[in-house]
Amino acid sequence: MLSEIAFYGALETGLIYGLVAFGIYISFRVLDFPDLTVDGSFPLGAAVAAVLIIAGWNPWLATGMAVLAGMAAGAVTAILNVKLNILNLLASILTMIALYSVNLRIMGRPNLALLTEETVLTPWYNIEFLEYHQVSVVLFAIVAIISLILLWRFMKSETGLAMRATGANARMARAQGIATGGMIIFGVALSNGLVGLAGALFAQSQGAADVTMGVGVIVIGLASLIGGEAVITPSTVMRALVACVIGAIIYRLAIAFALNADVLGLQAQDLNLITAVLVTLAIVLPGVRTNLSNRLSRKKA
Amino acid sequence: MARKTLRTLLGASLLAAASLVQAEDTRVVAITQIVEHPALDSAHQGVKDELAEHGYIDGENLRLMHESAQGNSAIASQIARKFVGESPDVIVAIATPSAQTVAAAARKIPVVFSAVTDPVAAKLVKSWEAPGANITGVSDMLPIEKHIDLLQRVMPNAKKIGTVYNPGEANAVALIELLEERLNARGLKLIKGAATKTSEVLGAARSLVGKADAIYLTTDNTVISAAEAVVSVGERSNIPVFAADTATVSRGAVAALGFDYYKHGRQTGAMVVRILEGAETATMPAETMEELDLFVNPAAGERMGLTLSEDLIKDAKEVVNSDK
Repeated sequence: MLSEIAFYGALETGLIYGLVAFGIYISFRVLDFPDLTVDGSFPLGAAVAAVLIIAGWNPWLATGMAVLAGMAAGAVTAILNVKLNILNLLASILTMIALYSVNLRIMGRPNLALLTEETVLTPWYNIEFLEYHQVSVVLFAIVAIISLILLWRFMKSETGLAMRATGANARMARAQGIATGGMIIFGVALSNGLVGLAGALFAQSQGAADVTMGVGVIVIGLASLIGGEAVITPSTVMRALVACVIGAIIYRLAIAFALNADVLGLQAQDLNLITAVLVTLAIVLPGVRTNLSNRLSRKKA
Repeated sequence: MARKTLRTLLGASLLAAASLVQAEDTRVVAITQIVEHPALDSAHQGVKDELAEHGYIDGENLRLMHESAQGNSAIASQIARKFVGESPDVIVAIATPSAQTVAAAARKIPVVFSAVTDPVAAKLVKSWEAPGANITGVSDMLPIEKHIDLLQRVMPNAKKIGTVYNPGEANAVALIELLEERLNARGLKLIKGAATKTSEVLGAARSLVGKADAIYLTTDNTVISAAEAVVSVGERSNIPVFAADTATVSRGAVAALGFDYYKHGRQTGAMVVRILEGAETATMPAETMEELDLFVNPAAGERMGLTLSEDLIKDAKEVVNSDK
């Protein structure tokens, strides 16, 4: 069964990936832009934060720079798409592979350790009523809630509405006088800024930034997004955002259980298969539910 | 229905907070590995075999846990939390990313790392000699000093040592810097040829002709992929080529003093055993590989104008005679 530390660990990683899911919600759901940049912007955020923290910056300031770096990466992808007419998926792949080299350049080597550095978490360890393994959960929950509220308010603002219109129907949006290209650039930048934030926080809680950190971030972010939507119907922006966080946490709890499921005969090497099954189920389940309710309501009628 | 599932899930995880109760004479060792990969897998096997040899048998008086993160750092983090939560006697962490995530999660549990090249740079230990906390282990850093010893044993008059390396490979650059420092300390000079791609290795090797008395290759991935190019230059210009890994000897290098990752795992396992028997991690120096295997290739030596001495060949674990 799950120990207390494993449980808090799942919450912590879930909250970080909740931020990734926010990012993927903006690109994938709001803008309908399949964006693989995240596999590069996640370690980019980690790299920028790590380098600046080691250089003696305030960790929050370093984290802020990581957000800006992520936004720049997202903007590059969107500009490749909007200005140079490169297919969105391809544009994001180009940025992603370029970021691998960029991240190596930023860090100077493949792995930068933060284990003994002052991070955003360090001051919290002195708080008396918090256990060591609870600190990151509390802090990341605060960050996730603030991000959620800011995003929610943004999505309801005029710019947010224009962005949603761009994703829903670009031609109609243009007819209404919305500069859709600018909206896509801003949206994808915002999305990757959130992913950069997640990368920066992850590196600080893990004690290191590593160039290989981004592998599979897009799949896990998507799994969290879709899984969350399966649990909470995303009928409003608020519900959709809450679904992102809940989905990310459920995904992490599922992994934690899978790691403990010796009883079921599951082993470490089965994890990738489990992920694929979870994502498939999460994609299929809402459809099944709609079909079922359709059939039920038809029967009633 | 979905909300009910969620509630059950959360409830179950809260209930699970109670940790497992262990039988008193059962020791628990947890092994976490960043990814499955032949070298890392043999290290894992080595740890298991060494434990078994010292009477720690999985399922009898030992509970051995093993998880691989399959290259995913978020899963590595969860594996670390899982292991810390079960408070085993020792956590073994294979490769740098795994070791760092365990270090971030474990406060008091002894951690032994394996296949970490530079534990000081990775901030796992304060210094090689005195780790200072709950972490120590075995590094797979090249035994550069012993390699230079071998080079000097074979070619006592060599003064200028050439090498080919990829300036874009972080590990390679770190090794080259170390090599230069150690060579300089002995009054030897390092002549560098840079190759950023395998196709540039031949040109870089040629640039050493007339400048170097011998060539030594580290474990630089780019260069080792094209080791034959360096060997061909060595044969044509009578510059003996030495390597850091034994596999390159059968590809035409004269000699190498290398280690295999299975033995690396055995050495890691030996540290685990000492901790299980009461040793303190804080005072256990981080180790490098002790058991090295000498591979020689006398035929390759002849082609590079070098006759290997009888006693060197006698010392070799393996004598390769590659003929072309």
